[in-house]
Amino acid sequence: MLARVCTFTIDGVDPRQVWAEVDIRSGLPSFTIVGLGDAAVRESRDRVRAAIQNSHFEFPQMRITANLAPAFLKKVGPGFDAALALGVLAASGQAPADALNRYAVFGELSLSGALRDSPGALAVAEGARQAGFPRLIVPRERAREAAIVEGVEVVGVSSLQAAADVVKGSEVPPLPAPEPDTSVPLPEPDLIDVRGHAAPLLALQIAAAGGHNLLLDGAPGTGKTMLARRLPSILPAMSRSEAIEVTRIHSVAGIHGNGLIRARPFRAPHHTISPSGLVGGGSPPRPGEATLANHGVLFLDELSEFQRSSLDALRQPLEDGAVTIVRAQRALRFPTSFILIAATNPCPCGFAGVDDRCGCGEAELRRHRRKLSGPLLDRMDLLVSVQRPTEDELREPPAIGSAQARDRVAEARERQRERLAGTAASCNGEMDAREVRRHVRLDPAAEQALGDAYMAGVLSVRGRHRVMRVARTIADLERCDRVARGHVLTALALRQRTGSETALAA
Amino acid sequence: MNDRRACDRCLKRTWLLARLSGHLDQARGRAEEVLELADTELLAALAGPRRGAVAAEYERVQPRAIRHRVGAAGLEPICRCDPGYPQRLLALSSPPSVLHVGGGLERLLEIVSGEPVAIVGARRASGYGLEVAGSLGRGLGSAGVAVVSGMAIGIDSAAHAGALDAAAHTVAVLPGGAEQPYPPGKRSLYNRIRGAGAVVSELPPGTAVRRWMFPARNRIIAGLSAATVVVEARERSGALLTAARAVELGRAVGAVPGRVTSPLATGPHRLLTRGATIVRGPQDVLDLLFGCGVRTAPAQTRPALADDLERVLRKISDGHDTIAALARAGLPADQALTALSALELAGYVRREAGGRYMVVP
Repeated sequence: MLARVCTFTIDGVDPRQVWAEVDIRSGLPSFTIVGLGDAAVRESRDRVRAAIQNSHFEFPQMRITANLAPAFLKKVGPGFDAALALGVLAASGQAPADALNRYAVFGELSLSGALRDSPGALAVAEGARQAGFPRLIVPRERAREAAIVEGVEVVGVSSLQAAADVVKGSEVPPLPAPEPDTSVPLPEPDLIDVRGHAAPLLALQIAAAGGHNLLLDGAPGTGKTMLARRLPSILPAMSRSEAIEVTRIHSVAGIHGNGLIRARPFRAPHHTISPSGLVGGGSPPRPGEATLANHGVLFLDELSEFQRSSLDALRQPLEDGAVTIVRAQRALRFPTSFILIAATNPCPCGFAGVDDRCGCGEAELRRHRRKLSGPLLDRMDLLVSVQRPTEDELREPPAIGSAQARDRVAEARERQRERLAGTAASCNGEMDAREVRRHVRLDPAAEQALGDAYMAGVLSVRGRHRVMRVARTIADLERCDRVARGHVLTALALRQRTGSETALAA
Repeated sequence: MNDRRACDRCLKRTWLLARLSGHLDQARGRAEEVLELADTELLAALAGPRRGAVAAEYERVQPRAIRHRVGAAGLEPICRCDPGYPQRLLALSSPPSVLHVGGGLERLLEIVSGEPVAIVGARRASGYGLEVAGSLGRGLGSAGVAVVSGMAIGIDSAAHAGALDAAAHTVAVLPGGAEQPYPPGKRSLYNRIRGAGAVVSELPPGTAVRRWMFPARNRIIAGLSAATVVVEARERSGALLTAARAVELGRAVGAVPGRVTSPLATGPHRLLTRGATIVRGPQDVLDLLFGCGVRTAPAQTRPALADDLERVLRKISDGHDTIAALARAGLPADQALTALSALELAGYVRREAGGRYMVVP
């Protein structure tokens, strides 16, 4: 007899529908699984057999063939166990095959027959909704996560037995109550804790308002990391679709607790990270830090310590807002739309321009700069130096709190959304050269200042566009429709000096 | 090339110096005394057990072949027997037997017959030192005074570049062969100097750089110049050796003061306490060379500043040289950013590593 059960595999961060087909006929007792599965899928055979027997069902002593279709798609992980087991039960008449057609099933089995926590439930729920299944069986731990997706009734069960009961017609168990949050909530990093740092605070708000990438430069211990960690707190709240995308990605990566993620992600990979760790890769391809930071902030501390290859790998994600990973005839697309914030010392010893402790020579400085220069810096719209606050500043009241800054940022973003409606860009940082020309209106004095800078040779053509984008954001923060001279000058002071723009004695 | 401005004997000496350059390294510290020795004495003192073999090589070597190699490397030689040889160099106890010149022998002779000034200093210089060296080069250059230096990274290069920016002549004295840049990373500067001035070495083309060549090169820098200015130098710096040579030769010596806390200022400050002339800008050097007020450095043309910018500039000169420091002095960050940009565009300040702004001299 034949039965088939719908389940899903995770392809990158997207769900792909898979049919678990089970055929049982007379012959020597055997159990084979075909359909391009990995080691976890092959081992599924033994788990399914034990789980069925330990759930007080009978494992048919016949020839069983299971197929995971479509055959061309590589299936990864243990998430097909439950579907295979229910397929065997249906094919052997121990569960109603027709009722099973209304269910999508996802989860790993333990030998005892319990349904184990499996990563990726949100993605699967989205797949089930798209495929039009009214009900989805998932491990009970993942029920709340899957229930974020509307339009699918989520059945959270803790065992194969319970899953079979539901299919047979017993009542759907209610969603588990959200875990009472016993942990003391960690205080969110807030700008209210910052003293001094006037220029970096301004730069953070500009970065948040326009989606500009920001480079912080300063001696060790001046507060670069402290400032960077506060960027998510002034970004506008995520929309529901953004939140679901973030939750899905984090769920697939197996680093998500429960429920919908509402805080924008903040990822701070260590500088020893490999290129594939940063942008995703491996086999099967997994999302990298750039994708985990989607809709949030990617923070690279000690930028000059990162491998050159890792930094180069960030080019496409920064350029396109997505990274494409090609594996054996398939290309996977991971979304990577984030604000990049990086921190670096001004020189190898870290004290250049701070005091005479700096013993770095011209050659070392040049090497340091060369390591930083290149395509990555080209995408950094803002550069600001961080200095140690003075004793007096530490005693002053805070300049601005995150809530207040977030309101300013949200308002500036709203202005941008109106202006950029109908273009691919959603904020100033994403404008390409053509959109910059069309949407950045300079008043004559601003035009003059920009022209002077260009003529003085301190700006390249690309640098000019960067300055215009940033000036537009500064004007947005100040609720100005036209970019004035002051906006351009501020943007110039915060500009990134790359390549020939860092003219120094030959 | 046919007018033969280098005699056979002097050319053979350059061959011998190059041949013995490894041995000369052992005489380090006394290299200049050794350079005073005649060829036969050099052989006896340095070649050691292989003395006989080297002496035989020396006998066999053909001046024609040497001359050919120099010409093939694109250099022109002039020896100390030639009447056109730079007169100032003859004051040295060991004038280079031959100068190998790239970029035009006649041009070099014309430059050094004037009143060239040596600007020397530390390799690992500060932004301040580089800026001052560059502006000295520019100022002297635009007043028609050539700059002599060693093309080392740091102060030397900044001084050369400053002179070149003023479209003035500049001479680089190199430690090894003059047919290629040393340090190798300075190729573009080297090409610019060859194009608008001259590169000079006492050693034949193809000679690898060794340690003894640096003090030997410094004596040539001091010897060629009417005055020597030290911009930044740590204790035991090559720049101080150059200044000491200049003192021995009775040439004028100037030094640029720095911060008393900076190790880079120890060298210049020591010179100043011993009576070197204080150099605050190109005008001080011109006064040193030609007497007070005889020649003036043309003023740099910069747009006049509005009052508020003038005030910010004064604050920066007073040491409020970062955005944070300006904020402390009562200038909000957003206004500071605008003002600094405007000042930077007008060429009054420059952003240094670590976000410090420096007043351009």
